[in-house]
Amino acid sequence: MRLIEGHRPLTPDSAIPVFDVDPYSEETLLDPGPFYTALREAGPVVFIPRYSVLAVGRYEETRKTFSDHENFVSSRGIGMDDFKLEKPWRPPSIILEVDPPDHTKTRKVMSKALSPKVVRTLMDDFTAAAEAIVDRLLQQSEIEGVVDLAEAFPTTVFPKAVGMKDVNTRHLVDYGAIVFNAVGPDNARRRAAMQRAPEVGGWITAACARDRLTEDGLGAMVYAAADAGEITSEEAGMLVRSFLSAGVDTTVTGIGNALWCFSQNPSQWDALLEDPKLARPAFEEVLRYTSPVHTFARTANLDTEIADYPVPEGAKVLCVLGAANMDPDKWGDPEVFRIDRRPVGHMAFGAGIHGCVGQNIARGELEALLSVMARKVARIEPAGEAVWRPNNAIRALDRLPLKLIAK
Amino acid sequence: MVKVTYIQPDGSETTVDAAAGESVMQVALNNNIAGIIAECGGSMACATCHVYVAEDWLGKTGSRSESEEDMLDCAASEMKETSRLSCQITLTEAHDGLRVHVPEEQV
Ligand code: HEM
Ligand code: FES
Repeated sequence: MRLIEGHRPLTPDSAIPVFDVDPYSEETLLDPGPFYTALREAGPVVFIPRYSVLAVGRYEETRKTFSDHENFVSSRGIGMDDFKLEKPWRPPSIILEVDPPDHTKTRKVMSKALSPKVVRTLMDDFTAAAEAIVDRLLQQSEIEGVVDLAEAFPTTVFPKAVGMKDVNTRHLVDYGAIVFNAVGPDNARRRAAMQRAPEVGGWITAACARDRLTEDGLGAMVYAAADAGEITSEEAGMLVRSFLSAGVDTTVTGIGNALWCFSQNPSQWDALLEDPKLARPAFEEVLRYTSPVHTFARTANLDTEIADYPVPEGAKVLCVLGAANMDPDKWGDPEVFRIDRRPVGHMAFGAGIHGCVGQNIARGELEALLSVMARKVARIEPAGEAVWRPNNAIRALDRLPLKLIAK
Repeated sequence: MVKVTYIQPDGSETTVDAAAGESVMQVALNNNIAGIIAECGGSMACATCHVYVAEDWLGKTGSRSESEEDMLDCAASEMKETSRLSCQITLTEAHDGLRVHVPEEQV
């Protein structure tokens, strides 16, 4: 059988609206808002002929499909490729790209290593690092928000928390971007990612070995689960790899997007200065408003349905988290960035059994950084145009020139 | 329709209407019940939806899974025999009259 984009060609039910767009065009990735709106308006589920996939973008259907792990599995890949039919580009993740019962076992190990309790022990470190970086940046008349802050902070605190002895900032940030470009169609971005994968992936795998980790970090906790017989030591290495693929570029993006939101909405920075306890809820709103992971897919593992439309086994379904997070039926005024919104139920961390297992760390990092900045920074002003960096799954900035004005 | 009562640490009570199929967490959010934060939205990743189920309801709310216990162990207020993550209790008609206590602290 000839595959399209690594999966079986789909003949959709004739009642499913056809939506003839390219969600992965550069134009859409740079400014996804119009696509999100058009997708929601086209129907509860649509067929995108160009890639022979279904897509959902309304809040209800997106949440339901993305979290329905029985009908819509992750083990066949969360991108275009159907791992049942096409060999994956790397050994699949043993947490993200598996289903129960395999998932249950690895998820337990990871939830323990990344639990709220563990994150509480990391907060002093996060705060100290944030203070050092912000103090340094306040000496400069201008900063480039992506490199100077969004990348600098997580790459300082996270490898240390994991207990990595080897740190290569570029590889750490780029590995995530490669993994996320890989879930898209066979476009220029994916091909460029595949070209860099051997070098960066090789470094990452080596850095996850037990003797390259300290004995008191998150990595050691995962290897301890191997000692206890819960997983094999090979699996432990794979889970440490998941920290690095899912835990660096995502938080870099979260911080960049937060700085962008505040630079564009000064009244909301004032609101945070007035009530610094809003640091945590403010990050939730940044997540909802910018959806750092904009799209992941699922695969129908049996004949099933979405919103009463039949969906055949083998169908790939793009779950456009960014569109769900901007659904006016769910949020009322989604276009407004409001740090006191408390958007519980947003889709930026996914939902259900695969819901981001690192979300406590991500929240901890952002709470530390935003709280420190709220103490020291009076204003965050644009110092030039913000430039986005198109990626097949991540909505991240490429450049963000800013002025930080000290209190 | 199912009635659920949330009891605050100071003893004040709020009784709300809920539908079978909703979680005790979701119902709390829908009704702005203080002290149920539910940061993770029900992915069992945050322990900020912790409640203590009234003793006489324990038999009807089911048992805690191992992963729920691991997460409860991270809760800000002490984990007790009656502790549950409210996102893990799905209401049925049999829960009409359910009473849960909101803990002192959630974060
Ligand atoms: C702002 C930061 C982050 C965002 C937006 C984010 C987003 C997501 C999303 C949307 C998923 C769901 C994937 C799916 O259901 O297919 C997910 C899962 C996951 N995330 Fe995150 N993430 C972030 C930070 C982190 C961090 C810091 C870590 C590690 C420490 C991490 C590790 C993981 C892992 C291992 C999974 C797979 C969980 C599973 O399949 O059970 N993430 N993340
Ligand atoms: S809502 Fe997070 S554990 Fe229940």
